[in-house]
Amino acid sequence: MKIRYLVIALVVFSFASVFIGVSNVSPLDLFNLTEAQQQVLLVSRIPRLFSIIIAGMSMSIVGLIMQQLTRNKFVSPTTAGTLDAARLGILVSMMVFTAASPLQKMLVSFVFALLGTFIFMKILEKIKFKDAIFIPLIGLMFGNIIGSISTFFAYQNDLIQNMSSWMQGDFSMIMSGNYELMFVSVPILILAYIYADKFTIAGMGEDFSKNLGLNYRQVVNLGLIISALVTASVVLSVGVIPFLGLIIPNIVTIYQGDHLKKSLLHTALLGAVFVLFCDIIGRVIIYPYEIPISLTVGVIGSGIFIYLLLRRKKYGL
Amino acid sequence: MVDLKNVFKSYNKKNVIEDVSLEITKGTITSFIGPNGAGKSTLISMISRLIAKDNGAITIDGQDIMHTKNNELAKKISILKQSNAINLKLTIRELVSFGRFPYSQGKLKKEDNEKIDEAIDYMELRDIQDKYLDELSGGQRQRAHIAMVIAQDTEYILLDEPLNNLDMRHSVQIMKTLRKLVNEMGKTILLVIHDINFASCYSDQIVALKDGKIVKQGRTCDVIDKCVLKDIYDMDIDIKEIDNRRICVYF
Repeated sequence: MKIRYLVIALVVFSFASVFIGVSNVSPLDLFNLTEAQQQVLLVSRIPRLFSIIIAGMSMSIVGLIMQQLTRNKFVSPTTAGTLDAARLGILVSMMVFTAASPLQKMLVSFVFALLGTFIFMKILEKIKFKDAIFIPLIGLMFGNIIGSISTFFAYQNDLIQNMSSWMQGDFSMIMSGNYELMFVSVPILILAYIYADKFTIAGMGEDFSKNLGLNYRQVVNLGLIISALVTASVVLSVGVIPFLGLIIPNIVTIYQGDHLKKSLLHTALLGAVFVLFCDIIGRVIIYPYEIPISLTVGVIGSGIFIYLLLRRKKYGL
Repeated sequence: MVDLKNVFKSYNKKNVIEDVSLEITKGTITSFIGPNGAGKSTLISMISRLIAKDNGAITIDGQDIMHTKNNELAKKISILKQSNAINLKLTIRELVSFGRFPYSQGKLKKEDNEKIDEAIDYMELRDIQDKYLDELSGGQRQRAHIAMVIAQDTEYILLDEPLNNLDMRHSVQIMKTLRKLVNEMGKTILLVIHDINFASCYSDQIVALKDGKIVKQGRTCDVIDKCVLKDIYDMDIDIKEIDNRRICVYF
């Protein structure tokens, strides 16, 4: 797949995304918009587009980095407890600071996500049986434990309703003024690109890294911080988008290999295109109502994931 | 020169390396032989700072390896471990390029690309340089790893069982290449090897280990000796001289 096709797809879907919706804004009106149409575009449609693209790109790249650092193709924020820990973090921030600002929520959530991922990495070091499927299973169990702790405290504090809003990823609530935190991801993703070579080397193990004079611990820690920060900002603004960090990097690996310098851009673009596509489907399938993104991505994503599992041998995942 | 003085290492209070002292001169091939569990791999991992020693001193050209910057050492000494089973989908050229990382930190300059080309040609991998590692045979993959080490261009090269899982043809090919690296490029090579006949035919000196201690070290002809080998392996090994090479018959 050429990068060109991904860019074209991104542009086409972005265009479609902006002009699909209940209030009628047609591309033909673009040069003489009424005030209402202008409002719709600026307050809702364009923020939505931005948040989709950022979420798609960043969750895919985080998945890629986590897979590289754990040396396991099935690890991602969904299967390493990162997402659940980030959610617990948001809950805690709401319980402790009753009027927490989005930034405070994100920071607390980031600390929890980082801690959760770190514990998962420690568990990985301890277990001897490093089977490709076993490791994400442990991650899922670990995530579920954190998830049940969150549910327990949410019940006690009447926050279940609130919490379920970040359980399910949803772009329909995105409006200008409540998603801007997501832009935190942009400089972080650029940092990830600068570190691409180092992440790739770290993915070949500690001994290999040391032989090349790379500070393994430092690179792994940076990767975990990037993952936690990006996950926290996306979960807070959009909610959980399952499987994204799992399937996109795996698809890119098949045709682009594992050198991060080569695969990072593809992963980012494919992630954005995939989420845009799922979002458009979710918006048109029961028009004028919408299906939340976590459902469309979940259904399409888990289908692709099962397919990847079955083809595992062939592609050497 | 690699210099070890009274080096100790223990795991769970059991000594795996006990009071090892050793000098290795430049421009030679040194083979480490000995039965399983003798501590060969541990020793070679300590020399390449992958494992920390408990006691003693290890210096390379007079520099203490534990007090030298990691990145500086990476330009002086490289190690290829038997466990370097990489499960990433990388092409040969990408892997070899990583050998330049200590110099380029990822941004390959013209000089780096020349070194990479050189290494690929040296190991005769030009035709398959864009193939992925998982598409290669064991021999090709081993050659790719050695090409990476050549691109890393270090004076000292440490190899942990480089002939593992290779057939005779590929084993001979690898050993000849190592010999060439020493003779033509003046490298110093240390390797762990199980086949004593390969050790006998290709190395300048041999270090024989048993239970973490050095049983014998010296020129190849001194170590490949009936009594010495009996000491190391608890086996009667007949030694025949064929074309000035000492061949051990132990079957």
